[in-house]
Amino acid sequence: MPQASLPALSGYLRADGRKGIRNVVAVAYTVECAHHVARLIVNAFPGQEVHLIGFPGCYPNDYADRMMKRLATHPNVGAALIVSLGCESFNRRGLEEEVAASGRPVHTITIQQNSGTRTSVADGIEWVRWARQSLDAQERVPMGLDELVVATICGGSDSTSGITANPAVGVAFDQLVAGGAACIFEETGELVGCEFHMKRRAATPELGDAIVACVNKAARYYTVLGHGSFAPGNADGGLTTQEEKSLGAYAKSGASPISGILKPGDQPEGGGLYLLDVVPDGEVRFGFPNISDNAEIVELIACGAHLTLFTTGRGSVVGSAIAPVIKVCANPDTYQRLSEDMDVNAGRILSGEASLEQVGTEIVQLVAQVANGAQSCSEALGHQEFILTYKQFEPSGPGCFPLKAA
Amino acid sequence: MPDPMPAAPRLLLMAPEDNCLIARLPLAAGEALEIDGALVVLPEAIPLGYKVARRALKAGEKVLRYGAIIGTASADVAPGAMLHTHNLVSDYIPTYTLASDAHSFIGSTH
Repeated sequence: MPQASLPALSGYLRADGRKGIRNVVAVAYTVECAHHVARLIVNAFPGQEVHLIGFPGCYPNDYADRMMKRLATHPNVGAALIVSLGCESFNRRGLEEEVAASGRPVHTITIQQNSGTRTSVADGIEWVRWARQSLDAQERVPMGLDELVVATICGGSDSTSGITANPAVGVAFDQLVAGGAACIFEETGELVGCEFHMKRRAATPELGDAIVACVNKAARYYTVLGHGSFAPGNADGGLTTQEEKSLGAYAKSGASPISGILKPGDQPEGGGLYLLDVVPDGEVRFGFPNISDNAEIVELIACGAHLTLFTTGRGSVVGSAIAPVIKVCANPDTYQRLSEDMDVNAGRILSGEASLEQVGTEIVQLVAQVANGAQSCSEALGHQEFILTYKQFEPSGPGCFPLKAA
Repeated sequence: MPDPMPAAPRLLLMAPEDNCLIARLPLAAGEALEIDGALVVLPEAIPLGYKVARRALKAGEKVLRYGAIIGTASADVAPGAMLHTHNLVSDYIPTYTLASDAHSFIGSTH
């Protein structure tokens, strides 16, 4: 794309060379029992970049360990406070060591060793205040489009999603990939029926086979669970079948060649288009792959996504901790009802007021503005949803590369 | 009031081989439309984004949108009739809907 038409980007330089578009203090609880204390600490900083993340389970899980490490060292995160109860299985020391090794300020509060709730909250607020002051002094530095990672997801899809918002994001993805950015699309359960088309777009034959295998895994997983990635609201919005929803969702990926498959936490190796495999490996366990949209957004962020383009027809209002969410509304009626939550009205394509190309270009401009610090609607409204649940993954296979070791 | 977009079609064809069309705006029952040169009077209202049959479909026939199969007709469908969960089913996974007083699955061809 003509990169000159985009405003120059800037970000916060991290020790590993990556750059963040936000400078967040992440407050991370390591079991549900520490959630309230962590939330009280975050609540002391309204309107500031202090975000709550965490894992609720008391049983150990390699996936959750890896996700928390990737999230706490995400380029948008400048410092991390870990809030532990004390007796849970989560490896808080491993998390602290990972964050410290990344050059970020980190501190752990263990409630059982810290006189309980009030003292832990007070100590946490004091530490976050110190971290916030040190991060606020940091200057932004120039950042290239080839240093940006952009994700996309759809949620609350309806029949207009596949006609307006999703192909418009596809246009934006093509422009961003051409400019050197890494773009990630996801939800292999919503790509059932598209696998052979995707195979033809794969950079190598091995990757093409890996894409088909990964969608087959998703179809098998959802069949065992007896429920596709299809909600009642999808049908109310005129979508009839899983494969119809899939075909509409697939349009978000645009037309670029597919460079690789990521699993949650894998980092893209340079620019290009990547598919995120969200469905667990092995036998079906722990339930649905992602219980709601935010679980997927968190996985996209764990892959290094600086921001997420969220297309919606029915009208989702969610944002996310750590990385901004930009809403692209597919349905003109929904836009009228929920305009305060929507960044882009792609429904104009349906009413003939704008072309796919125009809306796609508008999305790219908005990506640059939000990367440079402008707040998306969900950010300005304070949406910072976060979910992390149990999952099981094997390391990515050789056909899925090129990948950068995370 | 004049039609603000007289030239724009009320039904969208996503790919030439499709046998369904998409309502670009809400359509009323009794509205007369031209589909492939033939005049069709809509037997029912069609909400924005919903599908109608482009031509007569037999039960068991594949339904195409975006040039790709989105499922199988579970009943005979007249041209201009709505295509939705009552007459179109997935070839993969049943569709789950919220009925008025109970949760229900719409069957799939599997």
